[in-house]
Amino acid sequence: MAAAESYPEELKYHPEHDWARIEGDEAVVGITWFAQDALGELVHFEAPEVGGTIEKDSSYGEVESVKAVSDVIAPLSGEILAVNEQVVEAPETVNEDPYGEGWLLRIRLSDPSEAEALLDVEAYKQVLADS
Amino acid sequence: MRLLYEKSQPGRRASTLPRYEGLPRPELPDELRRSSPPRLPELSEPELVRHFTELTTRNFGIDTGFYPLGSCTMKYNPRVNERVVSLPGFRDLHPLQEEEAAQGALELMWRLQEILAEIAGLPAVSLQPAAGSQGELTGLMLMRAYFADRGEERDTIVTADTAHGTNPASVTMAGYRLAKVETDARGNLDLAHLRELVDERTAGLMLTNPSTLGLFDERIEEVARIFHDSGALLYYDGANLNAVCGISRPGDMGFDIVHYNLHKTFSQPHGGGGPGGGPVAVRERLEPFLPVPAVVRDGERFRLDYDRPKTIGKVRGFYGPFGVFVRSYAYIRAFGPALREMSETAVLNANYLLARLRDAYDLPYDRLCMHEFVLSARTLKREHGASALDVAKRLMDYGFHPPTIYFPLVVSEALMIEPTETEAKETLDAFADAMLAIAREAEDTPELLKEAPHGRPVGRLDEVKAAKRAVVRYGFEEHPDLAADATAPRALEAQKGA
Amino acid sequence: MTAHFQSGQLSLTDDDRDAMLETIGVASIDELFRDIPAAVRLDRPLDLEPALSEPELVRHLEELAARNVDTTRELSFLGAGIYDHYVPAVVDVVLSRGEFLTAYTPYQPEMSQGVLQAIFEYQTAICELTGMDVSNASGYDGTTVAADACFVAKHVTGRDKVVLTETLAPQVRQVVKTYAVGFGLEVVEVPHDGGTTDPARVAEAADGAAAVLFQQPNFFGCLEPAPELAAAANEAGALAIAHVDPISLGVLEAPGNYGCALAIGEGQSAGNHQSFGGPHYGFLAAKDEFVRRLPGRIIGETTDVDGARGFVLTLQTREQHIRREKATSNITTNQTLLALAGLAHLAWLGPQGLRETGETCMGLAAYARERLADRVLFPERATFKEFAVRVGRNATDVIRDARERGVHPGYALGRDYPGMDDALLVAVTEKRTPSEIDRLADVLAEVDPL
Repeated sequence: MAAAESYPEELKYHPEHDWARIEGDEAVVGITWFAQDALGELVHFEAPEVGGTIEKDSSYGEVESVKAVSDVIAPLSGEILAVNEQVVEAPETVNEDPYGEGWLLRIRLSDPSEAEALLDVEAYKQVLADS
Repeated sequence: MRLLYEKSQPGRRASTLPRYEGLPRPELPDELRRSSPPRLPELSEPELVRHFTELTTRNFGIDTGFYPLGSCTMKYNPRVNERVVSLPGFRDLHPLQEEEAAQGALELMWRLQEILAEIAGLPAVSLQPAAGSQGELTGLMLMRAYFADRGEERDTIVTADTAHGTNPASVTMAGYRLAKVETDARGNLDLAHLRELVDERTAGLMLTNPSTLGLFDERIEEVARIFHDSGALLYYDGANLNAVCGISRPGDMGFDIVHYNLHKTFSQPHGGGGPGGGPVAVRERLEPFLPVPAVVRDGERFRLDYDRPKTIGKVRGFYGPFGVFVRSYAYIRAFGPALREMSETAVLNANYLLARLRDAYDLPYDRLCMHEFVLSARTLKREHGASALDVAKRLMDYGFHPPTIYFPLVVSEALMIEPTETEAKETLDAFADAMLAIAREAEDTPELLKEAPHGRPVGRLDEVKAAKRAVVRYGFEEHPDLAADATAPRALEAQKGA
Repeated sequence: MTAHFQSGQLSLTDDDRDAMLETIGVASIDELFRDIPAAVRLDRPLDLEPALSEPELVRHLEELAARNVDTTRELSFLGAGIYDHYVPAVVDVVLSRGEFLTAYTPYQPEMSQGVLQAIFEYQTAICELTGMDVSNASGYDGTTVAADACFVAKHVTGRDKVVLTETLAPQVRQVVKTYAVGFGLEVVEVPHDGGTTDPARVAEAADGAAAVLFQQPNFFGCLEPAPELAAAANEAGALAIAHVDPISLGVLEAPGNYGCALAIGEGQSAGNHQSFGGPHYGFLAAKDEFVRRLPGRIIGETTDVDGARGFVLTLQTREQHIRREKATSNITTNQTLLALAGLAHLAWLGPQGLRETGETCMGLAAYARERLADRVLFPERATFKEFAVRVGRNATDVIRDARERGVHPGYALGRDYPGMDDALLVAVTEKRTPSEIDRLADVLAEVDPL
């Protein structure tokens, strides 16, 4: 069932409630615990196509619960290497494990320096506290 | 309760039909011939009637009881309207009948146009739009055609943050960009924000007045001035017209285009979701763009006028939902100038309920209301865990249809209550007593709210399962057994918009 | 104390009003309106005719109704989109029960299982008729669902052109064109070729198109080579969209079985009276893959807290109240009551009755074609219940003269098709009889001898 609230130290965060795990010139991205909690149980992930590109700060897809729909904002730019098919099949995976099994995309970074503009966990928690 | 399809038995039928011997049997190319018959239900007529009758026992209408669904104006539908709409001269009239053989229908439409023009304070009316949201879209199309004709490039429409979802959706369908103006602490449009938003790219404003908060914008003249000064137009969403008939007219407020919700203000039997009617009225300068045809009067004759070179075209088939016109015309004629009392009574009823409930629920905007008002269950939720949804479900146990909940979006845990002019004081008191009792129960016995409703045909439904499995038709032999779906039942908060 | 209007619709007594004003804490009803600036208040009574009592109202409306010549008073072969089919009495159960009639959109499912289940049954019937996987709960009419379908196609394909056949009902094309301005869609029309559409011309026009819309049977009543038209659309990567007559689908193939992505249509033939053109219902059904793009309400099955079956509004994130400016449509109020009348009619017919109705329409129309053989406009084409005939002069004059003899012979096609001023569109439903058709033939021969 739904995961307990957490914001892992090793991730970078986007203020629109997205996270990135940077691994060399690749990154895995997803939505934060806060985002999935605000939406409720997810019933749909409108995913982009593998091979396409995403652009930092722009929407690359949508996640839906029964009562809400939300754009998913790219924390970084890059080419889409993989879409998490497990989430497409079972979107509630995001609610159960937002930073693990519930990742959304794996991308190859087009500009790794963009990561410098992302928030660390303390800064993201401040965003949450301020909202 | 089983579905029609589950009651079906091969070889049974309800219908008897004429058969003629010796008719030619026309050839039909094989590739156009039906390959396998549609699996329509096979029942005898008594079974069919019992099926539909049983379904009606599992439904609640205005005829059943109080239905204070905010922003939907669930008023009583006079039975005489159903009688007159069934007159063969209306019911069995073909829309392409020659005009001289449809004079009664055309006269009724013409008279309705005249009446609606007087109510709105705007001279020209098209009855064509099929419902409020199509009236909105028509209004935006009129703006577009008007500015195109003047050679002005304007691409933005301003809507309120309290607006029905239909407003922004219509903006997109009309090819406009959306700008949202905020609501101030008194529930009026935020004028400072509005002045920032409006410029030479602004085509117009869409506004409900009174707003979805049930509040009349006290500075509507200034709002109109801001738009008109920049050359933009004002569009009045008539969803809440029931508050002001004969009291204040949108045209006098400064609006250039109005749509009416015939099914709200002028009594249609909502029919489980429709039909509706969404006529529009406009100022003279917008009349050339109205949909065709218009009904016009030449002396004693009435005719359909297609000669409008600047028209936006047609927005639906024929002349609009004629049966809806007959009912609304009859409704208005039963009041005449006393329509004002209809609105006065609606506003009195709403304020009375507000006065009785204001201490037990949060009141985000503390003003006299118009025909409806918005309470919040946020304190109940914070202190006792009872949400607006729980209050709504518990109201069912008291025999009432719940109000609109979780709308408008600017109020958390919103309960939007519109009693209409229909109700007797005893009904209003019984509803208020129930709401007060529920507020006490939230404190003392919250499980009564959480487990509600009790004794309805079904309990709270699993909307997550419905969305995930998306079983949207009967699947016959392959129909899934959703009860066998192992996931735990969940009941999530439903939203609505009108 | 002002005297209050006596209305059977209002329930407050003078004492009630006084007590309520006291509770509110205001002295008068006028005071309730103090937020309305004086300058925008109406300072006179509405200029409307005096109120009518119920008997007066009925008499007034009876007088208006009597000035219309309806199909119970005149033998009529008018069709062109609205048809005088028999509406069975069982439909009245749906239309007269207050629990259905006076409910609204089923936002609260525990209060609305009756309507929800009925719409689910309706959706199933539409899917069965059309060979599709999912149907919405209804659109406004047969014209607006065509515009809706174009919006779906634009979003699915990312293309901005739609192809309409000229044999698609004129008002359907007009409405699509009206909406196309805001949608940013270019509309291309393919002319007919002897009453039907040439698939090769569709193939040509479909290049780069989001959708191809055609009508089966078409506006002239002729049967299009529908599978070939759909194939031409699919070949070009456009969605094939068929506009179909529900009452024909016991006899004619379902669009879902010949390659269409969507099937739409005017529902009036199934369950609705003519009513001078409305209100009726438009149906819109699609293959599964388009479900998240569909406009309007959709009802889904689920279970309640105890595991019992129930129905709810579902996939609502498509809709305006959640997705707002990104919604698939702005529709909210729809045509549920008319759609449920359609369900009652279709259930009354059953598969057998639907086929028989179609066969009877076809047989009677074929008989009429025989009787009017020397006038038939597109004699090579197969037809269903409607066909075009040529008259010797302006068709509107022929209509006038025939009506003087008590027969409305049909629709003057010249109103919509330039150059067809001498053509009439004749519709024959199962309510017509061979002897009525004989009368049509006799009257036409009399007023328009060839």
